[in-house]
Amino acid sequence: MEHVPLDFPFIAAALLMAVSLYIIIFKKNLIKLIMGIAMLAAGVNLFLVALGYRAGGGAPIYTGVPKETMVMPVPQALTLTSIVINVAVLALMLTMVIRIYRHTGSLDSKKSRKLKG
Amino acid sequence: MDSLIYHSPALIVALPLVAAFAIPLISRAGYRARNTFSLVIFGFITFLVAALAVDVHSVGIRVYTFGATAAELALPGGYMVPVRIMFEVDGMSIFMGIIITTVTLAALIYSLHFLKGQTGQARFYSLMMLLYTGMMGLAFTGDMFNLFVFLEVASIAGAGLAAYRTNMADALEGGFKYIVISAVSALLVLFAIGILYSQYNVLSIAAIAHYMQTPTTLDMIALGLLGGAFVMKLAGVPLHMWAPDTYTVAPAGTTPMILAASYTSMYALYRVTFTLYGRHIDTAAIGWIVIVVGVLSMFIGVMMAVHQTDIKRMMAYHAISQGGYMLLGVGVGLAVLANPVALASYGRDAINGGVFHIINHVFYKALLFMTAEAIFFRIGTRDTNKMGGLARNMKWTAVFYIIGALAISGIPPFNGFASKLLIYETVLKFNPVLAVIAMFVSLVTLASFAKVFYSAFTGPEMPAYREVREVPKSMIIGMAILAACVIFFGIFPGLIVDNLVAPATEALINQTPYINAVMGAVP
Repeated sequence: MEHVPLDFPFIAAALLMAVSLYIIIFKKNLIKLIMGIAMLAAGVNLFLVALGYRAGGGAPIYTGVPKETMVMPVPQALTLTSIVINVAVLALMLTMVIRIYRHTGSLDSKKSRKLKG
Repeated sequence: MDSLIYHSPALIVALPLVAAFAIPLISRAGYRARNTFSLVIFGFITFLVAALAVDVHSVGIRVYTFGATAAELALPGGYMVPVRIMFEVDGMSIFMGIIITTVTLAALIYSLHFLKGQTGQARFYSLMMLLYTGMMGLAFTGDMFNLFVFLEVASIAGAGLAAYRTNMADALEGGFKYIVISAVSALLVLFAIGILYSQYNVLSIAAIAHYMQTPTTLDMIALGLLGGAFVMKLAGVPLHMWAPDTYTVAPAGTTPMILAASYTSMYALYRVTFTLYGRHIDTAAIGWIVIVVGVLSMFIGVMMAVHQTDIKRMMAYHAISQGGYMLLGVGVGLAVLANPVALASYGRDAINGGVFHIINHVFYKALLFMTAEAIFFRIGTRDTNKMGGLARNMKWTAVFYIIGALAISGIPPFNGFASKLLIYETVLKFNPVLAVIAMFVSLVTLASFAKVFYSAFTGPEMPAYREVREVPKSMIIGMAILAACVIFFGIFPGLIVDNLVAPATEALINQTPYINAVMGAVP
């Protein structure tokens, strides 16, 4: 990790993930649960982007023939893919919550619960 | 023909993906066209999987690199690191492929009649094909990032299928729970992949395993995250809470597929612990963790199952319990992996038992879920207290239920007996207490299935169900395929163990071919 000048992005990503795991486990409101998952995704994406940062590195675009050293674009590619996938997952979750609300009239996971035992 | 087999790893994943998006278009020409198209394309995929299985069995591990001048070149152009997307198909991958394909074929045929008169059928078949794509990709992929991608594909499709009956609030709840735990576990997997990438700068499983020396603290954190995520996805106690809900509400045919998706996550767990970390970690400690999760799943799963009155919920808890057997068998093998004497004496057979139990369990549990759903299809309730005398009118369903129930309880000559015997024998040599628990759980399983059989199928004819008829033919054929497999595997266990299970076990124990297939040229 000697190429990364600051640990700050990693600390921020860890905090974001810790807070979002707390939300996912303890919050009863389904919308807040989904927000927690969105935050977890943001934390992981921040971690991936921070991994890809190299001080003094240039973007790996060949057309401009850059003078500086180019960085490996894999973490950025991973982040983009992950963002796209998470949009799909969050959209699906929100549509399900809308339908759950229509059926049960509640967003509280304790009240809208049907399956037990 | 040769080039078809040559490109089969890519085609097996690409064809269902194309089919998934073609089905809604073809549905416009009528349901007959759609059903024919689904069956024809899936029949062709089944043929490809069979051809690839024969090929892997005779030739060995297959590497398929996308975009390379020749697909088997893992390191094209003198590269020293694998940068391309790559599939690696070894004994274990194709073993999972056979399970997934058989179950999907049975589920597809079963669903043809089951869906009659329901809305959104085109999307149902689309999601089914997408789920198949996700599972096969997960089984075949050779790099960590595509593991994450296919895990998400399978999760989204699985959640969509579980919540297919959106007119029922409980179906939405089951689907929502599935997508929540899938999203969380997939993000944990992605985090772990990031940690691994930060240290090795590669994503290929073989390359990471090649470069890994004594695992660092970060490696162990990544292993913990991956293990936790996959145990959650495969419904191991104490992370099993979603499974009964999701399995219960998923419509027929898709419950077995979601079950197969859980065991694909189990495959990913084994791939990580054996292939990725197996050479360098303290396998005894990790093996004991797997054993403890397995025993807990076995015991708590069956105890929760006994008092259920919902027939599918009972079966779902039994699925958790049977998953424990697989973890127990493989965990014993993992615990003695570093000890060649113990490995040769019982460790290898323990892994054989655990792996064999996956295929056996998926087949008989899929059969049982289908019989439960056949009852639901005809009488509209899953409550065993409201059933009675159904064997009078639903003879085939009753017969299939008996076959499945005897197989899950480990009664010869059905397939559950073969794998459970392997697990008992080897676990007894490792630690007798664990073997006693395993046998006790098996007894309780038999008791619980016998109870449901008596309350649902036997007894006096109930007036409300006098007009109940047997389920349509396609549903019987779907169940018959699985029942035939259950009986065949029970009568010829040696044949299956030698040709299917032993190569899978060898692939798990000996990581070198998997790593060398990609990294062989790198010093």
